[in-house]
Amino acid sequence: MTEAVAVSLTVNGARREGRCAPRKLLVDFLREDLGLTGTHVGCEHGICGACTILIDGEAARSCLMLAVQADGAEITTIEGLMQDGKLHPLQEAFRDHHGLQCGFCTPGMLLTALDLLRVNPDPSEADVREGLSAVLCRCTGYHGIVKAVRAAAPVLRGGS
Amino acid sequence: MKPPRFDYHAPRSVDQAVELLVRYGGDAKILAGGQSLMPMLNFRLTRPAALVDVNRIPALAYIREEDGTVAFGAMTRQRTIEFSPVVARRLPLLQEATRWVGHLPIRSRGTIGGSIAHADPSAEYPAVLTALQGEVVVQGPRGRRTLEPAALFETYLTTSLAPDELLIEVRLPAMAAGAGFAFEEFARRHGDFALAGIAAMIVRDGARCTTARLASAGAGPVPVRLRAAEEILERDGLGAAAIAAAAARAAELVDPDSDVHASADYRRHLTRVLTARALKRAVDRAR
Repeated sequence: MTEAVAVSLTVNGARREGRCAPRKLLVDFLREDLGLTGTHVGCEHGICGACTILIDGEAARSCLMLAVQADGAEITTIEGLMQDGKLHPLQEAFRDHHGLQCGFCTPGMLLTALDLLRVNPDPSEADVREGLSAVLCRCTGYHGIVKAVRAAAPVLRGGS
Repeated sequence: MKPPRFDYHAPRSVDQAVELLVRYGGDAKILAGGQSLMPMLNFRLTRPAALVDVNRIPALAYIREEDGTVAFGAMTRQRTIEFSPVVARRLPLLQEATRWVGHLPIRSRGTIGGSIAHADPSAEYPAVLTALQGEVVVQGPRGRRTLEPAALFETYLTTSLAPDELLIEVRLPAMAAGAGFAFEEFARRHGDFALAGIAAMIVRDGARCTTARLASAGAGPVPVRLRAAEEILERDGLGAAAIAAAAARAAELVDPDSDVHASADYRRHLTRVLTARALKRAVDRAR
């Protein structure tokens, strides 16, 4: 079997390095090796979306990638959204519109919504609902989540 | 769960990848976008001795337009296809079908070659390949060969590729300017596997239909080209009665199985309904 492999990547703007077995999932590498436990592990087969992160700017499931595949990549996790002690406008909107209850799906919801708003800066409610169907909320608090994303859209379009 | 142990290789060229496949003699799995293989590894439904990760082969990611054909490197991401101006112009049916593939975060990683080589009959790309009568190019130790969909898809999750062959390119004939098209699918939740789907393309000349292309997804072990339904349209035109007759014929041409998600009868019913819907939208769009 292949020995441990070196993984060197940029996470939230900082260079990070580690060594792990090739079978280690990216989400486990982020949590266990880099201590970034904000990215949650849910279903481990790409359905629930809790582990969604941005890889080179695009939302993707970190449970469906090996850590070694992210070597050289630029990654954004939930820990990277806050800037200079200030919540990201999308995080503000989730707070203002009751967009989270237990919080388990929230990191995946936020990064999925961020990608959605980059691709479609002015989404209809149907667009948001379709886009967010990529992440499951078991509190079923979708209404607040959809409201939050729609409220954040004009703020993000305004540029910040 | 977590994946079982495996040897990991990330070759930089197709030749190197094929050498590795030969070396492991059928006990290696090719890792493309990983959106189907990684869940199978996490569930330990598959335990290959090695993974050959083809994500580090830059020569496998491209979209090229050449002589009426659009060629896709096997590692072209579904997301790239979704937003490609060439695809929007030449293969709008493929673009529409792409939006049905999982969700955007899945399409960020998933690839056209991986989806087709995985050969899930409910998947969108195998149906589009079948409807448009495209072909795939595969490379193995004995060189390259080109396969049409009927020669590629054998049954559920099974193609005619040898274990030491790698799908390297997907070729789709560009759609005629003004062709009408639609991809319709039904799943209980958006992004789930389709219970049934239909890829449709028509070329019209006034009330006449000069070319009709129909293929089903999810209704049987392989995507099915619905030739006898196409013939009804090419003979009788694109009126409501012809569409209804073609849809009824489509439902007779598929051979779905029953499973926990839907009965065979229900899939057959969906095939008829979705064929009619797809054809109506395609006719409205055709110029």
